[in-house]
Formats: sequence, structure tokens, C-alpha cells
Amino acid sequence: MAKMTLEELRKLRESKKGELDKRDTEGKSIHIIIGMGTCGIAAGAKESLDSFLEEIEKNEIKNVTVKQTGCMGLCYVEPTVEVKVPGMPDTIYGNVNSETARKIIKEHVLGGKLVDNHIFDRPAADIVKE
Amino acid sequence: MHVAVCDFILDCLQNSIEAGASRIELSIIETPKRLSIEITDDGCGMTDEELKKAVDPFYTDGQKHKKRRVGLGLPFLIQAIEQSDGECKLESEKGRGTILKFSFRFDHVDTPPTGDISGMLLQAIMFDGSFELEFKRELEQDGRSDAYSVKRSDLIEVLGDLNDADSLIMARQFLESQEDDLKEGDR
Repeated sequence: MAKMTLEELRKLRESKKGELDKRDTEGKSIHIIIGMGTCGIAAGAKESLDSFLEEIEKNEIKNVTVKQTGCMGLCYVEPTVEVKVPGMPDTIYGNVNSETARKIIKEHVLGGKLVDNHIFDRPAADIVKE
Repeated sequence: MHVAVCDFILDCLQNSIEAGASRIELSIIETPKRLSIEITDDGCGMTDEELKKAVDPFYTDGQKHKKRRVGLGLPFLIQAIEQSDGECKLESEKGRGTILKFSFRFDHVDTPPTGDISGMLLQAIMFDGSFELEFKRELEQDGRSDAYSVKRSDLIEVLGDLNDADSLIMARQFLESQEDDLKEGDR
């Protein structure tokens, strides 16, 4: 890959910004929060982060906020990821390797269905809270 | 505990941010023989006494994790350095900031792998807060030296919110291109 200058980065941003403005009509925003404590990193949270970014790029999903957080207290199922999608319960997923990260984007974010066997939070409790 | 040198660096950067630093400088200098890292911050700093406690694995101020009895960030780094015959120097002045320098020998069997430098940097710039991170990278190979530098404020100025996935994807592309170009040299 040729070395990108800041100017090239700015141009890239501007070309994407145009695209983004066109699509951003509903103002919905999706949050993906990845546990990046020592436990998360040891279990491969960086690879999961990479996979999330790749899938978001590939599927051209807009309005996604990706954040990192410390340990969520679920070290035994790291990497853990909290996914917040408008209209769906906030969900904490565990054991999120690259493959599961792709599945979460495909099924949860795009398909509106929870991903089985990786949920470590009771979505019903979230719904009750709200 | 951590595997790669980059994981240790990320931990140290997080320490700087948590110390309230508004400006952090990170340099990674790689020669065929050594990997040298220097982190300078203008955070709250430490007194001589606090400095001694910071390298004690059985000390924690109890603020970050209330129930924990150990503070292992720096002690694990020091252990990794000691077991692989590296060097480490930690200096701090209360109210002024902290300087951490350490290096690893590539020819020692227990030297940890370097890890993913651009990935580590991406994670560092996405930490919350309004700190400046200035990154300098040098690589000496085949008898010549190449370098690049990146500032967090420049990336924010160009990309806006660094937690936006689009911005992150572009930032990652940018950072990877710097590192790839450095490694490929003129070839």
C-alpha cells in the first residue's frame, strides 16, 4: 500500500462524507462497544475489532459508533461486545471471535435477530428498564 | 498478562491518559538489534515514593478497581523486560509528568513479539478524552533509516469523531499505509 498523506486522507473523508450525507436520513445510530481490557485483548478482542470494522465497511453500514471499554466483568467469555441497535434490546455478547463478529453484523445489526449461544445478558431486563 | 510489546505500550498510554495528560509523546525506534520505546506525558506525575509503589505488584491506589489488591501494569512490563535482558527507566516528577523508556533486544529468546503497531495506535487514538498523542516511528533496516510521525489532533481535524466507524476505517487505512510503507522501504 502506498503511503497515504493527510491530504489524501482528507480527500477520502470528503468523498465518504458526501455519501454519508446522502444516506443519513433517519439519524439512527448503532453502538458497538468492545471490551478491551487485558482479558479482552488476551482473548483476541483486537481481531474482533478488525472484523467488525471490515464487515461495517463491506456492508456499507452507516452511523455506527465503535468504542472500546475496559473489562465488563465477564472475563471467562472474552472477547465481550455490547451491541446497541435502535429497536433492539441492548445485548452483551461473549466469546466474540472474528467469525462471531461477522455473524453479529449480519444477523443482529442487519437482520434484526439476536445471535444464539453468545448472549450473556438478558435482553428482557433491558426492555423492562426502558 | 500481555503477549506483545504493543499491548504493554497500550497499557502505558492508558496510564498516561488516566493521569490526566493533555499531551503524550510516544516514540518507537527499531534497529536490527533493538526495539526502543519512549513515552512522555504531562500528566499528574508521581513522587519518588509513589514511583516505588508503581513498580510494586502488590500495590494499588484502589481507585480504578475498588476491590483489587494488586496493580500489575508496570510490574508485568518490568518482568518481561528483566526476563529478556532489556532495559527500563521510569522517571517522574509530581505535577509535571512522567517519562518511561524501555527497550528489548531482538536476539533474546524471551523477548516478546512486537505486535501490531498500527492496530495499537488505532486503539490509542480512540480512547475518550481530548489529549494529544504524538507518535514518532523510526525503522532502521538495510543500512538506512526511515521514519514517519502521526498526531492524534491531525487525525481528528481530518476525520472528525474518531469513534465513528467510518472514521476508524479510514484512520486504520491511513495508519496501516504508514507502517507498510516504512517496512517496504523503497522496494
